This record gives sequence, C-alpha cells and structure tokens, in this order.
Amino acid sequence: MPACWIITLILLALRGPAPAAGLEAVDTPNDHGGTVALSWAPPAEGQPDRYLVLRAAVEAGPFDTVAVLPASALRYSDSDSLTDGQPYYYRLIAQAERWSREYPSAQAIPLAQWFHRGKAVVLVFSVGFAAIMLLMIHHARRGMQLYVRPIAGIGAVDEAIGRATEMGKPILFVPGIGEASEVATIAAFTVLGRVAKRTAEYGTRLIVPNTYATVMIIAQEVVKASCINAGRPEAYQERDVFYVTSEQFPFTAAVNGLMLRERPATNFYLGKFYAESLILAETGFQAGSIQIAGTDELTQIPFFVAACDYTLMGEELYAASAYLSNDPLQLGTLKAQDIAKLIVVALVIAGTLAVTLGSDSVVRLLDIVQ
Amino acid sequence: MKRQLPVFLTFLCAFVLTVQFFVPHRSFEQVYEVSNIWLQILGVFTILIGIMSLVESHLQKIRRRQAQWQYSIITIVGLVLTVAGGLFGSVEAGSGGIFMWMYNNVLNPISATMFSLLAFFIASAAFRAFRARSAMSTILLLAAAFVMLGRVPLGDRMSAGLFPAIADWLLNVPNVAAKRAILIGIGLGEASMALRVMLGIERSYMAGD
Repeated sequence: MPACWIITLILLALRGPAPAAGLEAVDTPNDHGGTVALSWAPPAEGQPDRYLVLRAAVEAGPFDTVAVLPASALRYSDSDSLTDGQPYYYRLIAQAERWSREYPSAQAIPLAQWFHRGKAVVLVFSVGFAAIMLLMIHHARRGMQLYVRPIAGIGAVDEAIGRATEMGKPILFVPGIGEASEVATIAAFTVLGRVAKRTAEYGTRLIVPNTYATVMIIAQEVVKASCINAGRPEAYQERDVFYVTSEQFPFTAAVNGLMLRERPATNFYLGKFYAESLILAETGFQAGSIQIAGTDELTQIPFFVAACDYTLMGEELYAASAYLSNDPLQLGTLKAQDIAKLIVVALVIAGTLAVTLGSDSVVRLLDIVQ
Repeated sequence: MKRQLPVFLTFLCAFVLTVQFFVPHRSFEQVYEVSNIWLQILGVFTILIGIMSLVESHLQKIRRRQAQWQYSIITIVGLVLTVAGGLFGSVEAGSGGIFMWMYNNVLNPISATMFSLLAFFIASAAFRAFRARSAMSTILLLAAAFVMLGRVPLGDRMSAGLFPAIADWLLNVPNVAAKRAILIGIGLGEASMALRVMLGIERSYMAGD
C-alpha cells in the first residue's frame, strides 16, 4: 500500500503541477470574424518553459500545433485560417524540462460581429448630437433668431484684406499641410472662398501655396468659383494657386522664401499645422504682415497665439464657415454644438461631484451605455 | 444636377464609412480597404497634376527672370534627378542608389536645418509673448517662469524642489483642464462640420457658396 502511494506521488510529480484554471476559448468580441481568443492561468505550482497551443476541427482530433508560446504568455489570438461558424477545439500543454501538463480542452466558434459594442457610447452620443443638430436646423428654417458670439479672428478677415488692398501688396493663404480629407482643411476652404471673393472684388493678388496636389485642385476650384461669384472671373490666376511639395520642411522653406520675396500684407494660416507653424508665423511677423491663424492641432495653438495677430482656436475654425456665410442652417448647427457642449459640461460637473462625494453613479451610467 | 450629384455622392460615401466605423464585420472592413485603395489611386493621378503645376510655376519664374529665379533652376534639376534616380535606380534604403543618396545627404539635412530653426523662433516668440503688459500676460509670464525653472536642475536646487512641484501642478491641473476644454470643443466642432458636409449644408470644398 505505501508503495502505491509512492508510485502515485512519483507519477504526480512527473505529471507536473495542476493549472490554476482551465483553458478558456471564446470568439474574439467586436471583430471581423475568423479569430478565437484563448486565455489561461499559469499552473498553480511550477513555472513551465513554454506553452503549446493545439487545434482540431473535430473533438476527437487530430490536433495540430498552431503556436509555441513563451512561459510569460497567458493569452493567444488564433487567426490562422479559421472559418466563421465552424467549431474549433483547442488544447493547451504547459511544458517544462521534467514535466508537462495538459489543460482541459475548450471549444469556440469564430463569428464576425455586426456591431462593435465598445463603440456604443460613441453611437449614442453621435445619434443624440445629430438629432439636436437637425432640431436646431428645423428651428432656424422656421425663422428662429440665433445669436452667435463675435469671433475676433473672423471679424478681422475683411479688415486684413482691406489693409492689403490699401498697401497694394498680395495676400498669402496657407491651407495647412493636411490632406484634403482633414476636417480642418475643409474648414480652411470655406475661409479661402470668402477671402478669394473679397480679393477678386478689390483686385488684390491672392497667393495659395499647397502641400498636396488634391488640396491644390480644390483650392483652385474654390478660388475660381469665388472670382466668378464676385463677377470678376478674370481675377483668377491659376499660377497663384500652386503645388509646392508634400514634404513638411521643404514646404516651410518655400513659403518662408515666398514671404520674404513677396512681402504679403496679410498672411492666413488656416488648416492643419504641425512643427512648421511657428517657423511660418515668425517669418510672417518679421516680414511685417498682419497674420490670422486657425488650427485644430492642440500643440500648435500656443505658437499661433504667440506669433499671430488673431488666432482661431480649435472649434472656432470650424465655426468660421457658419459665421461668414450667416446662413441660418449653418448657424443652427453652431447652436447644436453649444447645446452638446452644455451636456458634456453638465456630465463633467456631475461626474466630478459624484466622485468627490464617493459615488461612481455617473461612471456606471456610462458603463451601462457601453 | 451638377450640384446635387456631388452632394449625394458625398452623403453616400460619408454614410457608408460612418456605418463602417461601428460595424467590425469583414464585409464592411473590405469597404474601408477598397475606399483607401481608391484614395491612393486618385492620389497618384493628382501627383502628376502637382508636378505639372510645380514645373510650370518654376519655368515661368525662369522665363520672366523673377526675383531669385536661379533657385527655380535648382528645383527643376532636383526634380529631374530625383525622378530619374527613382525610375532607373534603386529606392531601397541602404541600396546606395542616387535616389537614396539625395534623400539622405540633401533632403534630410535640409529638413533638419529647417526644423532646428524652431529653437530660435521659439525664443523670439516667447520674448514677445511673455512681456508683462497686462494682468493676464503677467500671469502667463509667471507661469512660464515657474515651468522653465521647474524643468532645469538649477531651479530644483534653488527652491529645494518647490519649482518642479509648481511646474508639475501648472502642467497637470490648469494646463490639462484648458487642453481638455479645447479638445471637447474640437471634437464637437469636427462632428458638426462632418454632419454639415454630409447633409450638403457645407459645400465650400466643391467651390459652393
């Protein structure tokens, strides 16, 4: 009898320590299908040298090794030629030099999801915001008077164009170094349209250097249409809306050279800017130009504030189109933005108060939406 | 029709890509990938238009002998050499071709030089911005002084750790609060702009009024 105990103990020792928990295999949540997420806990005693992940299409096998993982791995995502809707069976073997231990097998069926649950909060807020916006547009259509606070930078656009006209110098408009798909670049086109219309009316030269050819093509169309709208199609000069380069600093060097040669009376920097923002704005300052800037790039706003006469900060750049057009529909969207901001501020205050008072109710509310 | 069709196409593309953001299914992922490929194809064609614009603008400068027209010759020669180096030589890193030689020995040093100018421009801009002309600019000056002193070993030694603590507080509390406020505004502004474009209210990008 003691011999049986000894043999049992030796067998147990060779078999290795039991794992703390079994192998868990689940369909990877919120994915495009074809993947299974495996997770496990390390053996309760002893450190394995490696883990072998085995997979079979039927429970009886045969099982093929799909991955050999280091001892530190406690999860694995299997995406190797899996078919959605077909069950897969997994085995995991923890191996050391003297022992190996097989985890209980697990089964999972990979599936593609039609909705990303992690983005539920974004969806709820997006739908809510769109609803508020449509409501405000509806009110604006019915003649509701909407007040929009004056924005100094936008108010100064006409003044800056007038100054250039009086001085007989050109105006430089830099639509950023972002692609045409950037929201900030689209916002810049709006202001460009306004500036081009005014310069066409006053007969002032407008220079628009571009980093991307796509941006150049749109800028050319915007300037041309504005000249036509101003009743002066001959004011459009294609050579003044040109492509420079898509490289950041060569573009900066080219624009700086342009500023020092042409000495524009007014510089507009509107759109997406990065490290070149201050180099451009300081050169413009040294050239004696009045400067209006606007960007949604948070790190560049302080540079523009320091070096330019007027700066449109973040959302003010997007508000420019509504502000300049004075179109009730566009103003309605600005009001919707204000309401959404009010809701966000209310949530921030409520969350801060709740957490200060020891309650996580607001956090849990957002978790429920999630 | 000339206006309605682009607005409809914009709405359709924006709507499909918005839905794609919430749907992880492979079919929608393929829609996103295909749209990206189309974007790249269109981008290639626009590069040709860009090069034409560049050449035309510089040739005009040379013809008219405009100010500093000599640099335009360098630009045209640089363009021709780069294109030739890319077409007839290797563009792989470490290949030793003329294309990579120009990239490593001409473009990179020039770009680094331009970037390094930023240090001097920061100094000159800071000199103007930090003048104590009003109560607000005095606060800005003091905040900047504390942050600068808190970020150098001398400030730490001078104040026995007080300046770094003040600098950290300024950066982590009022600075982060202001940044988040601006970010919330930017986020809502972007969403609002995107909806305006989708609904055809904002048409400036298609030269609309």
